[in-house]
Amino acid sequence: MNRYNRHIILSEIGLEGQHKINMAKVLVVGAGGLGCPVLQYLAAAGIGTLGIIDFDIVSESNLQRQVLFGSSSLGINKAIAAKKRLEDLNTSITIHAYPKKLNYKNAISFFKEYDIIVDGTDNFKTRYLVSDACIINKKPLVYAGIYKFEGQVSVFNYNNGPSYRCLFPTPPRAEEIPNCSEIGVLGVLTGIIGSFQANEVIKIILNLGKILSGKVLYYNSLSHLFKLIKVSRSEKEIQKAIDSKPYFESLGEDLNYDVLSKLITIKEAITRKNTQWVDVRNENKNPTINHPKILQIPFNNLENNMDKLDANKEQIIFCQTGITSKKAISILQKNHFKDSFSLKNGALEVMNHFKKNNYEKP
Amino acid sequence: MMITIKYFGLLAEVTGCSSEKINFYGTTISDLKETLFQKHKVLKNKKFKVAQHNELNTDKTKVTSTEIALLPPFAGG
Repeated sequence: MNRYNRHIILSEIGLEGQHKINMAKVLVVGAGGLGCPVLQYLAAAGIGTLGIIDFDIVSESNLQRQVLFGSSSLGINKAIAAKKRLEDLNTSITIHAYPKKLNYKNAISFFKEYDIIVDGTDNFKTRYLVSDACIINKKPLVYAGIYKFEGQVSVFNYNNGPSYRCLFPTPPRAEEIPNCSEIGVLGVLTGIIGSFQANEVIKIILNLGKILSGKVLYYNSLSHLFKLIKVSRSEKEIQKAIDSKPYFESLGEDLNYDVLSKLITIKEAITRKNTQWVDVRNENKNPTINHPKILQIPFNNLENNMDKLDANKEQIIFCQTGITSKKAISILQKNHFKDSFSLKNGALEVMNHFKKNNYEKP
Repeated sequence: MMITIKYFGLLAEVTGCSSEKINFYGTTISDLKETLFQKHKVLKNKKFKVAQHNELNTDKTKVTSTEIALLPPFAGG
């Protein structure tokens, strides 16, 4: 145990604490600017099982900040290159490299295997996926995001604390906030913020000090500004993510992420003007709904029937239960129908509404 | 009252300042947002949270601090 001597002689850690670290399982999503320093310190600290997910390969422009890689890593998958470096750093830990894209299907099963998840991703799509999968699997999430010279860090889903969705319920549009590859980032900043994440991981494992839960830390490397902002838990946002579990399980690999924010109740739906209603049920159509204003496009034929949809209108999609309609939203989004909504509770709600309103709306 | 608005991340860039003083005549965060939208139209299309006294606020919260922070999400990693 000479390797961990400087930890062990700290009375706050000791042999017992180091043993906890050695038994811990941590999954780092993304081995980039944030992921590299996180992985480096966690491997050195002796985290017993480290998982690394990244589909990307190392390119020269990564080397300015992604400190696990060198010239010999160019062109190699990041998860695999990181594993190689970390195995040299610490021979006594187990490292799993997953050279693949995280998606709804694999997120749930990957996350199950680990105690703590670290978000080192570089886009909102994956951040919301990671967050939702953590809520569903009840895993603490050590989150960070960066912008040029600034960073934000927090721990989510820890001891009934808030989640990422309590802070930012819905993702911004992809074009609204650029990522590092588009606008640049100070290399050192990723090291600072990633180290904050590694620090929180160790603290969670050891139950040491104040965990950065219920607060988000903003840091500006140019002005030395540190700001801790309180975040409250929103049961509504968390429940939304939990309710999406069957949807997660039913999803294919490449479908879109931003559908939780696209759920709508019938009450909300009928107040919207300029809508086009679509019934995407395949076979089980009970109750059957015949209405001149409702298009019938079975989900299985949806992609071939895009021409029937009016791009100038908002689509209200429903199915039997509200699951297929969410999948339909993903497909519509892929086909650039951004203003489409999935009706909660499906056809039954539509039918009830019809009965109450003598078939007048939608 | 005079309020100092602190812009974080991208918001500092689109408004052209990391901090500015404004005259505010309304009562709620929602009123404040309207005032800021009039001054910086570009903010209207941006996602951000508003914080005062180091706590996140909703639109209905009353403005009681003379320093308000506008916090956007960060994508990068």
